[in-house]
Amino acid sequence: MGHTTNTDPRFDGPGPDAQYRQALLEGRFVLQHCEDCSAARFPPALVCRSCGSARLSWRVSPGAGEVYATTTVRDRAGDYNVAIVQLEQGARMMSRVDGIAADAVRIGLPVQAHIVPGDEPFVVFTPAQGGAA
Amino acid sequence: MSHPLRGRTAIVGIGNTRRWNAPDRSPFDQLQEASVLALEDAGLRLKDVDGLFCSLSTSGLPVLNVAERLGIQPRHADGTMVGGASFIFHLQSAMSALVNGLCDVALICYGSNQLTAGGKLASMPDPQPYENPYKPRYPISSYALAAARHMHEHGTTREHLADVAVAARAWAQLNPDAFMREPLTREQVLASRMVSDPLSKADCCLVTDGGAALVLTRADRARDLPRKPAYLLGTGIGISHRQISAMPDLTTTAAVESGQRAYAMAGVGPRDIQHRMLYDAFTINTLLFLEDLGFCKKGEAGPLVSSGAISPGGRLPVNTNGGGLSCNHPGMYGLFTVIECVEQLRGQCGARQVPGVQLALAHANGGVLSSQATAILGSADTL
Repeated sequence: MGHTTNTDPRFDGPGPDAQYRQALLEGRFVLQHCEDCSAARFPPALVCRSCGSARLSWRVSPGAGEVYATTTVRDRAGDYNVAIVQLEQGARMMSRVDGIAADAVRIGLPVQAHIVPGDEPFVVFTPAQGGAA
Repeated sequence: MSHPLRGRTAIVGIGNTRRWNAPDRSPFDQLQEASVLALEDAGLRLKDVDGLFCSLSTSGLPVLNVAERLGIQPRHADGTMVGGASFIFHLQSAMSALVNGLCDVALICYGSNQLTAGGKLASMPDPQPYENPYKPRYPISSYALAAARHMHEHGTTREHLADVAVAARAWAQLNPDAFMREPLTREQVLASRMVSDPLSKADCCLVTDGGAALVLTRADRARDLPRKPAYLLGTGIGISHRQISAMPDLTTTAAVESGQRAYAMAGVGPRDIQHRMLYDAFTINTLLFLEDLGFCKKGEAGPLVSSGAISPGGRLPVNTNGGGLSCNHPGMYGLFTVIECVEQLRGQCGARQVPGVQLALAHANGGVLSSQATAILGSADTL
């Protein structure tokens, strides 16, 4: 500590994973957007997956999306859902759809994000209210 | 003009321990035995090996551990680890190293005690913090998500998936070295315990032990060695993601790219291939790779398989050893796809021999449809 090296200021501060987690801890679900090609990115990273640009900025996600793929994990302790959700901004994430039977989750189901709080917060989804998103 | 790597190297030795349930043998034991067998098959000795290619799911420093145990000091080495496809990545790397003089005799080797280590097997140190909260069963849930999407987009059914397992078993019944040889019906597959919808236990590959190895030399030397050389005509690799959520399209794998690269190097197309090994970690894999490697159009692999095309006697023989579904699957299966191609080209497959194979294709998969690698092998007549 105390020794300052000649770092590139564009990349100073906490890394993308840490920034994402900090936002969730503060109750905000945020996504990176590319300032060059506008693609949304998840999971967090230093560069845009679409165009390779390092100019990414954070925006709060409205959390609306739909189920892109779904599976029911059959477990002795109870079946549960694992899904890939496509967010309206274009990024996809692995998650879970709650508030509906695990095997009733269908591809194309409109869903809404919620943050599960805790030391390691994460995002789950429930069926969107009011039908089609 | 043909590609500078086409036909310039050959597989001159193969080793397969065929020890699918081998208590008290470490992954290194299996690997060493396979290496000895492959070198004996090639008529070469350990001291001839100057290029070492290996990866293990149980060792972070595979090249060092393997070189020490084999007592060799290679002048070229590659420990690329991309899951089950690693060994065809190694094959491509070895071809280039041999042709460019970085080594003269390349050994590609693998061993595993996946079955008998049971719960003691340490999982790979590769945490996925953006998946862990949702507890997907690894790796089956990722393949299940791809299967669900394929069903949604293309009308693929559980019956289509079941018929992949049935075809693999039919081939295994012709292979005395296959681990599972009892008859298997579509109804039995469909009645199997569901693990991660739509994939049941019978949609999953076996969990076995095993060891495998290949020895490669340049083509000019291969002609002077005892075995009929299996010439490497083309290879290609493709990488699309690590986590399934990052796969660009869950119904299309990077086998499209790996296949196109391999076909381009070999100067052949899917219609020229007479025998194919498609890494079947799960039944959905076989469907995806039939499509992505150009053996049928996207979405048509299910009906193709149900027509009997990939089964014994069918027009597109696939996974003739019984595959990962019925022959063996020791953690990473990639080398076994290549070994079966070599045995078919040598014409030594007995009841499961595909008549007159001159051109064979081995395709391997790694991670969760993440890495793909294709190799096209041919007899001397294809050079």
